[in-house]
Amino acid sequence: MIRDRAVTPFTKKIYGILSFGWSGRAKDWQRFEEVSLVLAGLATPLVLSVHTIVSFDFATSVIPGWHTTIFPPYFVAGAVFSGFAMVNTLLIVMRKVSNLENYITIQHIELMNIVIMVTGSIVGVAYITELFIAWYSGVEYEQYAFLNRATGPYWWAYWAMMSCNVFSPQFMWFKKLRTSIMFSFFISIVVNIGMWFERFVIIVTSLHRDYLPSSWTMFSPTFVDIGIFIGTIGFFFVLFLLYARTFPVIAQAEVKSILKGSGAKYKKLRAEHGDGAKHYDAVVRSPRSNTNDDHNPMVNADAMLDTELQKDKVDSLLRKLGSFDPATQTADDLKKISGVGPVMEQKLHQLGIYTYDQVSKMDDADYDLLDDIIGEFPGRAKRDDWAGQASNLKNN
Amino acid sequence: MASKVIHALYNDDDLLMQAVKQTREKKYHIEEVYTPFPVHGLDKVMGLEPTRIAITSFMYGLVGLAVAITMMNFIMIEDWPQDIGGKPSFSYIENMPAFVPIMFELTVFFAAHLMVITFYMRSKLWPFKKAENPDVRTTDDHFLMAVDAGANNLEEMSKFFYDTGAVEISIVESEDDH
Repeated sequence: MIRDRAVTPFTKKIYGILSFGWSGRAKDWQRFEEVSLVLAGLATPLVLSVHTIVSFDFATSVIPGWHTTIFPPYFVAGAVFSGFAMVNTLLIVMRKVSNLENYITIQHIELMNIVIMVTGSIVGVAYITELFIAWYSGVEYEQYAFLNRATGPYWWAYWAMMSCNVFSPQFMWFKKLRTSIMFSFFISIVVNIGMWFERFVIIVTSLHRDYLPSSWTMFSPTFVDIGIFIGTIGFFFVLFLLYARTFPVIAQAEVKSILKGSGAKYKKLRAEHGDGAKHYDAVVRSPRSNTNDDHNPMVNADAMLDTELQKDKVDSLLRKLGSFDPATQTADDLKKISGVGPVMEQKLHQLGIYTYDQVSKMDDADYDLLDDIIGEFPGRAKRDDWAGQASNLKNN
Repeated sequence: MASKVIHALYNDDDLLMQAVKQTREKKYHIEEVYTPFPVHGLDKVMGLEPTRIAITSFMYGLVGLAVAITMMNFIMIEDWPQDIGGKPSFSYIENMPAFVPIMFELTVFFAAHLMVITFYMRSKLWPFKKAENPDVRTTDDHFLMAVDAGANNLEEMSKFFYDTGAVEISIVESEDDH
């Protein structure tokens, strides 16, 4: 949490106020989860209702081109469509800027692109339905409104809308294209432009020619129109960038709750031991071993062993392999084992391993422990079969 | 009398869950568990009651619906009846379809906002509130279980927590406010 990691007193203060004194109690998290769930449940129908009702505002009017019953589903699909495209635009940039490649993966972008493709096609069906219904209704005003859209003075806006919103997302049928970052970004920009033209087509082309030909005119934006357009973009980016600058753009608590289960180490663990694999080291220690003096005297690896638990494990390893006694035994040349160099030999010595006999008794679990402690060439011991080599050397 | 509390710090959520189970089996009293993220199933293992906040949300939603109905009835039917687009104001039930969006929005508005405010109040969260997690690491990557020492042998207890895999154990005098 940023509050507890803040360095300067000022940021500590600010984040402290903003975090409302969150302490992370179990009960707080329980309520938090429930609140998040209910809010998500409430927000989903809210999205549908907002766009449906906005479209009602158009559909209940008598303006040809607005008076259409397809509007509610069409606006909802359009909202999802343009929303995903806008998120894709911002997400691809943020992913690069904040180095989030491991969190926002190609798969996320690919799935976003599929949603864009599907909702884009729904929007396309809605456009064509509008045209069909205008013709089928037999109302000449309706028919003229749509003919005028496609072939009138604003034909370019209509066809820009059509090609950006309906045609361009169809590229996402190709896996190569929808998994390409650059292409996704390009399409998301195209869709943003297309959805702007959709609003332009619905509002401007429906209004510029009404029932009274003498009042027909072309749309020319005033400085207020342009100012509002630029102002909204500016206002959005101020807030967005301020947020991105001040807070983590990915909710940390959410990432942490799945970090372990999705991490490489645990995926491997699950692949090897099944889904029920314990994700933690089983702790079986008697209180006696809490004191430091009982460890095997041949282990001189304080620099490598950072916990008591590891020391215990090395002790039990040596109990199994047999402890080396310099008074009665002589050390073997462990470097003869392929895969063991001078450095590795020294490390094995630090752990109290000196003879072929000891190495030959190792199994996979012991290799894992070595990997864990030494960590230099993970998997090396297993690949080179140190135990097998050592037992050969021992018998020679 | 100041009672002693043992703080056992863990660095793994599965280990914490196991430790909480063992602690409860031992009949030690867990005062609180502080975690950096929602550990799923922890509330059940700790024996916490399920939260009733979703029920309050539903009730707030009903209140919102009632407010919307009363409000629209007063505004559109009683106080200022209008003839809108050739559709005069007959009775509430006949004009109700036009009020559905408002009824829905107010239901959602009340349910969402009042639920969040209830959450803040129940969990005692507000601006300028001081955080109460005993260790700053509990918002990063550590998990802290606070256990009431009561009349138990402290030596025995700390050994027990060491065995559950705690990476750090400390004994603190608890403040007397609870």
